[in-house]
Amino acid sequence: MDSIGVLMACPMNAYLEQELEKRFRLFRFWQVPQKPQFLKEHAASIRAVVGSSVAGADAELIEALPRLEIVSSFSVGLDKIDLGKCREKGIRVTNTPDVLTEDVADLAIGLCLAVLRRICASDKYVRSGKWKKGDFRLTTKFTGKTVGIIGLGRIGTAIAKRAEAFNCPISYNSRTEKPDCKYKYYPSVVELASNCHILIVACPLTPETRHIINREVIDALGPKGVLINIGRGPHVDEPELVSALVEGRLGGAGLDVYEHEPEVPEELFGLENVVLLPHVGSGTVETRNAMADLVLGNLEAHFTNKPLLTPVV
Amino acid sequence: MAPNSPFINFPNSTVHSSQVPITPLESWLPMASRAAPPPLPRRPPPRVLLLRHPHHFSLLDRPLPDGFRFLKPWESPLPLDGFLSSAEARSAEAILTSARAPVTADLLRRLPEVRLVISTSAGHNHIDLAECRRRGIAVAGAGDTKSEEVADLAVGLLIDVLRKVSASDRYVRRGLWSSEGEFALGSKLGGKRVGIVGLGRIGLEVAKRLEAFGCAISYNSRKKKPHISYPFYSNVHELATNCDVLVICCGLNEQTHHMINREVLLALGKEGVIVNIGRGPIINEKEMVQLLVQGELGGAGLDVFEKEPYVPEELLGLDNVVLSPHAAVLTPETVSNLCDLIIGNLEAFFSNKPLLSPVLDE
Repeated sequence: MDSIGVLMACPMNAYLEQELEKRFRLFRFWQVPQKPQFLKEHAASIRAVVGSSVAGADAELIEALPRLEIVSSFSVGLDKIDLGKCREKGIRVTNTPDVLTEDVADLAIGLCLAVLRRICASDKYVRSGKWKKGDFRLTTKFTGKTVGIIGLGRIGTAIAKRAEAFNCPISYNSRTEKPDCKYKYYPSVVELASNCHILIVACPLTPETRHIINREVIDALGPKGVLINIGRGPHVDEPELVSALVEGRLGGAGLDVYEHEPEVPEELFGLENVVLLPHVGSGTVETRNAMADLVLGNLEAHFTNKPLLTPVV
Repeated sequence: MAPNSPFINFPNSTVHSSQVPITPLESWLPMASRAAPPPLPRRPPPRVLLLRHPHHFSLLDRPLPDGFRFLKPWESPLPLDGFLSSAEARSAEAILTSARAPVTADLLRRLPEVRLVISTSAGHNHIDLAECRRRGIAVAGAGDTKSEEVADLAVGLLIDVLRKVSASDRYVRRGLWSSEGEFALGSKLGGKRVGIVGLGRIGLEVAKRLEAFGCAISYNSRKKKPHISYPFYSNVHELATNCDVLVICCGLNEQTHHMINREVLLALGKEGVIVNIGRGPIINEKEMVQLLVQGELGGAGLDVFEKEPYVPEELLGLDNVVLSPHAAVLTPETVSNLCDLIIGNLEAFFSNKPLLSPVLDE
């Protein structure tokens, strides 16, 4: 299989890169000095693209790769892949569901605790020597707080299960109400935000959910409300979020994703009611290895004419 | 008036029976035949010595409760020692204290009228319980008010250490995500074997939470708990050998002092993580710091230290350690519940009712 050309869209995982190199003819798109030139030269041999949450396969790239058969994403999110184009051309698409569900849900709760209990801010307080001068101020209890989840899929459900262990009443908004669900459903995100203390974004990014967290929702969440985003940066109208936090109109935020990663609005750097993570939702050794194995397994299956492990298209 | 009429002939008016409040039969009897009500206790308000400024009340701008006389050493021109010898102090019937003001045998000897000690702390290693027992002094603690909050912080610290939350937050704020690229990967919480040291109220709340994250719980306690299905290890070293994470939830006493030492931590291993929301001296801090610095211990989430507020310098530069300023209980909800509990205990004790949160010998 080492004559099969695989284009890796961006750096994502050393182990995956290594293995792709071993098994296929690997092209590292980010190292290419002149992309149009490169594509002219090598497009004919590229039969697979490996993408991630950072870069995938948009319409332009798909059009430039006439022999593309499969896009295997090192992520569960598919927002960087033109799924319509793939369907149109009969290109298969796979992602990495399930293996990262727990890590992302764990981090969502970790962010709730870090923001409400000011864990990062108090760690900084201790490191700066301020504890010697006086105690840290009162923070906010997490147990029992109402949690609203946008998107009750695999990740949303896992977040709910964890929050329940803290006696948090759970409510949610989804495209459709889930039958046999014990959590309270709100038909709109604004209504959900008005009725919860902590709002967690856990839905996929689609044209419909872009900026699902807008000024109206932020106002509904209010000066004591907390927003946790472990979805995608574009779920949130970032400038609105930043001004709400800076002006105290929103109580706090725990963010793992941003509109223009790795750029993070600097106005947030001085706020202690905000926790800023560098897109590490699935960022554990165990899970990244499992994701890499899924990508490799899917490619292997495709090129040996076996059923794909986690197909989306 | 006709018999069975609904109207009752009162001296100054006629009233329909539905307007008359129902009164017990005895009150219709002539005064002399009724049992005399017990005399109201005529006593001055109970005197309560505040060993420290009652910051739980002042944090919330709550006044101290009526019905008690609070003795405040800081308002006296005398130094504390002199104040304790004064007639005023010696009249104290109750002591309200916190973790930072020990109630020693010596103190109790100087205050012979004391019958009740109330502490706002979850732990009671700062109270000479044996002496209280000997003198028939009742002791009340923080009860259940703090358990959830402490457990929340234990979980928060553990997630932070494993997933490098504080360290990555620092990384982002320094602008390094843009310039240096991805931060180091963390370690998955799910599937970790967590050993709870001390399965009391707090330990149980920690266990319940971590189970939801897919952790496998086991524990060590003075005695195996009946009706608990988590695996029990009779000593902490064995627990550490069979776990990836240790969460210290026990009280501090002679047996638990420096119970977590070099051997236990080495058994936990190079990838092992320790979380301490109990008391600093349960861990041999010097040995733990050395192992962390040498890379023999994976990480630590610490809310308590041997000599608060002093934290060993060596820890300040480590990314695999999360430091918390003894903040396990610092939210308005819990502080308010604690104030209610203090008042509740005082009122109960001085009206001869059972304490709301007695400190029982476990």
